[in-house]
Amino acid sequence: MAKLTIPSEELMVGGHVACPGCGAALAMRLLLKGLGPKAVMVIPACCWAVIPGAMPGTCLKVSTVFSSFESTAAMASGIKAGLRRTGRGDVPVVGFAGDGGTADIGIQALSGAAERNEDFLYVCYDNEAYMNTGIQRSGSTPEYSWTTTTPRGLEKRTSKKDMPMILDAHRIPYVATANPSFPEDFVAKAKKAASLKGTRYLHILADCPTGWKHDPSQMVEVGRLATMSHLFPLYEIEEGRLRITWAPSNPVPVEKYLRAQGRFKDLTAEQIEEIQAEVKARWEGLKAREAREKKAVEKEAAPPEVSAAPTPHPAAPVSETVYVKPSPPLHFP
Amino acid sequence: MTVTLHNRRLTGPMAWTSTADTSTAGSWRNQRPRLIPEKCTGCNVCWKFCPEPAITIVGKKVDFELDVCKGCGVCAEVCAPEAIEMVPEESA
Amino acid sequence: MTKELLSGNDAVAEGVRLARAEVVAAYPITPQTTIVERLAEMVARHELAAEYIPVESEHSAMAASIGASLTGARAFTATSSQGLALMHEMLHWASGQRVPVVMANVNRALAPPWNIWVDHSDSMAQRDTGWIQLYAETNEEALASVLQAYRVAEDPEVLLPAMVMLDAFVLSHTYMPVDVPSQAAVDSFLPRYQPVARVEPGSMQLFGSFSPPDLTFMEFRRDTALAMDRARQKLLQAGKDYARLVGGEPLGLIDEYRTEDAEIVLLALGSLAAAARDTVDEFRRNGQKVGLARLRSFRPFPEEEIRSLGRKAHSVVVVERAHSFGSGGPVATEVRSALLGLPSPPAVASYIAGLGGREVTPKHLGALVERATKKETPREAWVGVKELVA
Repeated sequence: MAKLTIPSEELMVGGHVACPGCGAALAMRLLLKGLGPKAVMVIPACCWAVIPGAMPGTCLKVSTVFSSFESTAAMASGIKAGLRRTGRGDVPVVGFAGDGGTADIGIQALSGAAERNEDFLYVCYDNEAYMNTGIQRSGSTPEYSWTTTTPRGLEKRTSKKDMPMILDAHRIPYVATANPSFPEDFVAKAKKAASLKGTRYLHILADCPTGWKHDPSQMVEVGRLATMSHLFPLYEIEEGRLRITWAPSNPVPVEKYLRAQGRFKDLTAEQIEEIQAEVKARWEGLKAREAREKKAVEKEAAPPEVSAAPTPHPAAPVSETVYVKPSPPLHFP
Repeated sequence: MTVTLHNRRLTGPMAWTSTADTSTAGSWRNQRPRLIPEKCTGCNVCWKFCPEPAITIVGKKVDFELDVCKGCGVCAEVCAPEAIEMVPEESA
Repeated sequence: MTKELLSGNDAVAEGVRLARAEVVAAYPITPQTTIVERLAEMVARHELAAEYIPVESEHSAMAASIGASLTGARAFTATSSQGLALMHEMLHWASGQRVPVVMANVNRALAPPWNIWVDHSDSMAQRDTGWIQLYAETNEEALASVLQAYRVAEDPEVLLPAMVMLDAFVLSHTYMPVDVPSQAAVDSFLPRYQPVARVEPGSMQLFGSFSPPDLTFMEFRRDTALAMDRARQKLLQAGKDYARLVGGEPLGLIDEYRTEDAEIVLLALGSLAAAARDTVDEFRRNGQKVGLARLRSFRPFPEEEIRSLGRKAHSVVVVERAHSFGSGGPVATEVRSALLGLPSPPAVASYIAGLGGREVTPKHLGALVERATKKETPREAWVGVKELVA
């Protein structure tokens, strides 16, 4: 048996009611591997309010508290305070909310908690729309993406909210992005986030085959293309310093990612170019910030940080065709 | 919280795992994974990416938990040596 | 026991200190603000060993209180008016999760138009949220009610959240002599909260997960209803135990004044009752059989107590600071409903008075009783409304 690159312990079991090929389900499974069995999960209205199954069944082997849609961060604040006051303050408390619950209805409670630097980890699994209610646009839906409330003729013409950077502006100790298609990087960030104090934020791109309109089998591949195209870069910001944790040296065109999904099937060549330009600009902005902050540290004559960089999946050598068969883009009616 | 369930009065939070006996997730499936043992290298990649999870690996033997596998096909897609094939339920 | 000059809000804060609350979620709103200010001072001076969470909204205040209570900590928050309305969703969440959060609500009118003065429309609108509701007449009672609310809310046979109401400014900002009990006496009355269940990291638990129609949903709701019914006896017992261990007169669900032979019963809530006592005395001086029933507990509703009053009186005059548009005074409606089926039920007059802090004096109330002596018992009448001419 090959050596495992992520923990073998499963804190999530099968039998849940997520759709086939659910990226959010894989995200939870990987997250719990990083957090360990003591985590207390706080889950608002979202796909994951349903996925564990009907009471009293659950697929999660951890203490799970369900909260209302907009109050994940507030309830997590209270749970943490209560655990501290009852002598159990070392337990990781983890909010786990969708993009609607984070970028839209829950942003007030999250921003308040982050400003107070409440001691918990907030995880947003971003499937880029209200998927549990049947694919409606959220503040995290990307430009031009089809949803049931952005049909042709009523397209979304604005970019998605940049939640990690909004959280970074709160000066919290840790902000990171993660992608379930890169499990080692993902689990390493979850572990690191769980080990820190203060408000920590993990933003996960969670493929939703049902809402993104592609075959469930393509979940890992579509997610991978998001990072391979620089559209969803993997980075972490620790104490305000940004570091790109893994990136392809030769990014694939963002068109490859877009064309793999039915929700982008109406995109024109110009629109794809527009998205490509934005992806490029954002990526260059990230690179510039990383270089700037690295330089600033070196200037302070402190030894450069040598961190155990999490290995991205697949373990070296990284190649586009090693483990995923290329497949034609799928178009749904 | 208190509830009477199966003629038992339960107080407080409760939970039990939604595995084989309580879940019918496996019945959603219209295709199932099948291992081609001679191609399998035991690399764990299918296990790593299973969103259920419904895969256990003992040595080189990949075991699919069909009670809960929904047949999404992710395992077959990520298998580099193409040791997993998806078979339609009606011919399985 | 020490005698101190305290505002209603100070008295609530003293109650929270004596209850040894462990987590306080705080958000300001007039006229509640001085409660959370006092509590902040107490935490800063180490007089109260509590986690103080300065949340960004009342909605989050309630969410944080629920979270804290789920861990087995004694949680407190306070609000008023718009804040209570914003919390509405989480009020259901608290009773649904069966957490014994105690909250002070300083009764204030709801906008628009903006108005920061007393009426009860904020808390009356929350009557179906599964919260115990206690209305205080004095500052001393506000303090006692906080302690009794915790005692009943945390009872394993109840496990429901409770709110203690005090009237904006009339109580919240008015200084009165208050008997502040000793910590030792309060500790004997209110020991540490022993949760039936709490968040236990490392164990498989679900708090409030998804429940489809055929499984547990109705069972949970039925259990909440039964718990609220049990709260009646528990409140009576808590009132008695408090009087024995801490001091004062035992407080019940309903507070009766000179009702023993009353033919006309004035029924009021909160500080209106203080004015009503003067009215009753005035009529009694003239030999007229008038009494006062002050509704202390609106939830659970003291149906039995109201019926026993109704067996003696020919008229019940309900004066309340709230209105349910399209229905009538919420208290009068429930009083009428409670009296149904009595052999000769009294007539129930319903008066809407004192909305948005409009003054209600003993003289006003006297006029209403006067009408009852002439068997005038309007189905609904508004007191002290100026006719606005366009």
